[in-house]
Amino acid sequence: MARLLDIRDLVVEARTMTGDWTRIVDGVSCHVDAGEVLGLIGESGAGKSTIGLACLAFARPGARFAGGAIVLDGQNVIELDREGRRALRGPKVAYVAQSAAASFNPAMTLFDQVCEAPVRHGLASMAEARREAAAMFRRLQLPDPERFGDRYPHQVSGGQLQRAMAAMAMACRPKLIVFDEPTTALDVTTQIEVLAAIKDLIRDYGTAGVYISHDLAVVAQISDRIQVLRHGRTVEVGATKQVIEAPQMAYTRELVTARKEHPKTEAGPATEAPLLQVRGVTAQYSSGLQVLSDVSLALQRGRTVAVVGESGSGKSTLARVVTGLLKPLTGEVVLEGTALPAGYRQRTRAALRRIQMIYQMPDVALNPRHTVAETIGRPLQLYLGMDASARRRRTAELLDQIGLKPEFAERLPGELSGGQKQRVCIARALAAEPDIVICDEVTSALDPLIAEGILQLLQRLQDELGLSYIFITHDLAIVWNIADDVVVMRHGKVVESGPKRQIFTPPHDPYTELLLSSAPEMRPEWLDELLARRAAKGVSTAA
Amino acid sequence: MRYFRDMPLSAAIGLAIVLLNVLMAALGPSLAPYAESEQVSTQPWLPPSAEALLGTDNLGRDLLSRMLYGAQTTLGIALIATLISFAVGVTLGFAAGTLGGLLDQVLGRIVDVLMAIPSLILSLLMLSILGTGVPVIIAVIATVDATRVFRIARALAMNLSVLEFVEAAKLRGERIGWILGKEILPNALPPLVAEFGLRFCFVILFISSLSFLGLGIQPPYADWGGMVRDNAQAINFAAYDPLIAVAPLAPAIAIAALTIAINLVADWMLAKQNRTTGGGEA
Repeated sequence: MARLLDIRDLVVEARTMTGDWTRIVDGVSCHVDAGEVLGLIGESGAGKSTIGLACLAFARPGARFAGGAIVLDGQNVIELDREGRRALRGPKVAYVAQSAAASFNPAMTLFDQVCEAPVRHGLASMAEARREAAAMFRRLQLPDPERFGDRYPHQVSGGQLQRAMAAMAMACRPKLIVFDEPTTALDVTTQIEVLAAIKDLIRDYGTAGVYISHDLAVVAQISDRIQVLRHGRTVEVGATKQVIEAPQMAYTRELVTARKEHPKTEAGPATEAPLLQVRGVTAQYSSGLQVLSDVSLALQRGRTVAVVGESGSGKSTLARVVTGLLKPLTGEVVLEGTALPAGYRQRTRAALRRIQMIYQMPDVALNPRHTVAETIGRPLQLYLGMDASARRRRTAELLDQIGLKPEFAERLPGELSGGQKQRVCIARALAAEPDIVICDEVTSALDPLIAEGILQLLQRLQDELGLSYIFITHDLAIVWNIADDVVVMRHGKVVESGPKRQIFTPPHDPYTELLLSSAPEMRPEWLDELLARRAAKGVSTAA
Repeated sequence: MRYFRDMPLSAAIGLAIVLLNVLMAALGPSLAPYAESEQVSTQPWLPPSAEALLGTDNLGRDLLSRMLYGAQTTLGIALIATLISFAVGVTLGFAAGTLGGLLDQVLGRIVDVLMAIPSLILSLLMLSILGTGVPVIIAVIATVDATRVFRIARALAMNLSVLEFVEAAKLRGERIGWILGKEILPNALPPLVAEFGLRFCFVILFISSLSFLGLGIQPPYADWGGMVRDNAQAINFAAYDPLIAVAPLAPAIAIAALTIAINLVADWMLAKQNRTTGGGEA
């Protein structure tokens, strides 16, 4: 096959705060043949998005090309002038960004945005471009394709918008499309519909692609070959099947195993009365939007109940009710047989101490102006009345427990990595010596390997300290690995709840079935098999 | 001292001028060759000479001495008024932004009313009713400025109080004092400090305007704005001897230099703030 894209020893540098240049892509070479899809895999900071943007001859503000060549269709795109780049972007190479919502202009209709490129490049008249766009919308199974484009971005769902963006990328029939984490911000069931649409498109038009993701299982569905990147260098490159089934390098092996299932040993049936109960909670926000209706949940001492659901299912609102940040309309939260006051302001400090919370975004969960020692020391002082020297000793113990060195005590959050920040959040929760810890999507903002470390830490702490977790997540692979009991939520209602084994073995509730089957598996055939199975059963891919 | 390491030249010059002004205000009276309202000559607007380094003013007083005394009055009143406006504005703004509800509504409407009246008119009105003593001037300026500070502090507190570390503090059972003082204030400080610099400038200009209109610092006390007014006529005689123009220009230049200097320092601090908080990876 003809070589379409050839990147040779690409070096991209970024300016640091001190004004020096540091290499963010350090001599990466890769190639894409016509009609082929290359998957770029790596953690944040691996340089994958930088390479993706480089294919469009673009370097982010503060970055520059410092070496190497990007030959696309026989042309080194780095050397192109302004006009050359204009001719390149759209007709030859197009880009699909992670957040369609942030990439579309909210003040323009979808038709105007999708048709802009072919009209500007003189490839079609507005009428032709609209016809083409409507046809593309139809291919992508968007509703009411003739008029879909008359809507504004906020009038369509996230999954639909992401597909509209794929249509926009296809508008000039480019030879290469760069997909930059197009499904990362979507729910699992929506991810399937977008993945299926992208896969169809590429197959039908023979478009080549560069597919960027941190999720190996997702990349495996789309790519012919996978290139693993880390710290701006290539770790490993090979055919998809070979990289997944027989990874050569230690880092790739870690990435593969982090996604694998290693289920938690099963807890026996509940014997004692539950530690915490949520009984028939109905809640709404002041806007009048009802977000929880008649939700109940029971948490046994020393066990983990996972609350699973997609965005908008009300799982985080449930956490707000348990902590007292949102007062429910009806229902109650019962701790060891005693109903807690609905609002946190009415609860005693002793009651507040027993329920601690760990958040999704460790960046905003820690006060950026407080050192680690101050952050961890505050609950020690407030709840346990420790003096300065006792606090120092206990902080050191806690740091040791979460796997950080004692010298971290004097650092500010800005000097920590994402995983380290999340560990400090865990230590702050532990400092209160709680009975219950609510974990709200604690790993979803972290890279896979870091997330795996956090999960292992939480499990170890549960084994050592007998903590009870309410674990809120959208990721079923995590549920399988850490939960004892599962509550599945949708649209503010509990769909199904019970011990993990019962939830995970058929027969399922139809929604649980949809969720379970939508979780990507690390097999290149998985998506095709799933779609075939659903088609046979007459289940639409669009949830 | 690490804070000052990568300071650009403009900010360094600004900081030097600010420090010079602070020195003048602190040591001015003891450095002044003559007393504040001492007449050194019977002739007004003498050009600079060995006896009077900057010449004399409209009443034959030593201009340099007046400048040095004036620094203390102008900067002192501006500093105190700005401090009071920040103490009041930040406290109320934080409380309104964090607690919301009725308190926010009541304070917000009061501020709306005060801001609806042009600040110079409002101040002139209050000064003509209450008299023109220094404490009254400070109170009037502090009130007018506190409304602006309130708006900024409220907006900062609203942005910060929805962040999860503040939520975590609430759930921990912290009292409002801790939440405002330890969680919100340290994070709002850099923009507030930059704002302090700018407000301080406005206040100096404002005092000068008041003095120029005759409702500010009363004679015989020296202040820079008043000195510009007193000596404005001298500009007519500069045709005969350009050096006579020093009398009105010296205090005017002092005001302009300090204003520009403070702005240079504030710009640098704001830029620095943006660099340290906005420098995250995509």
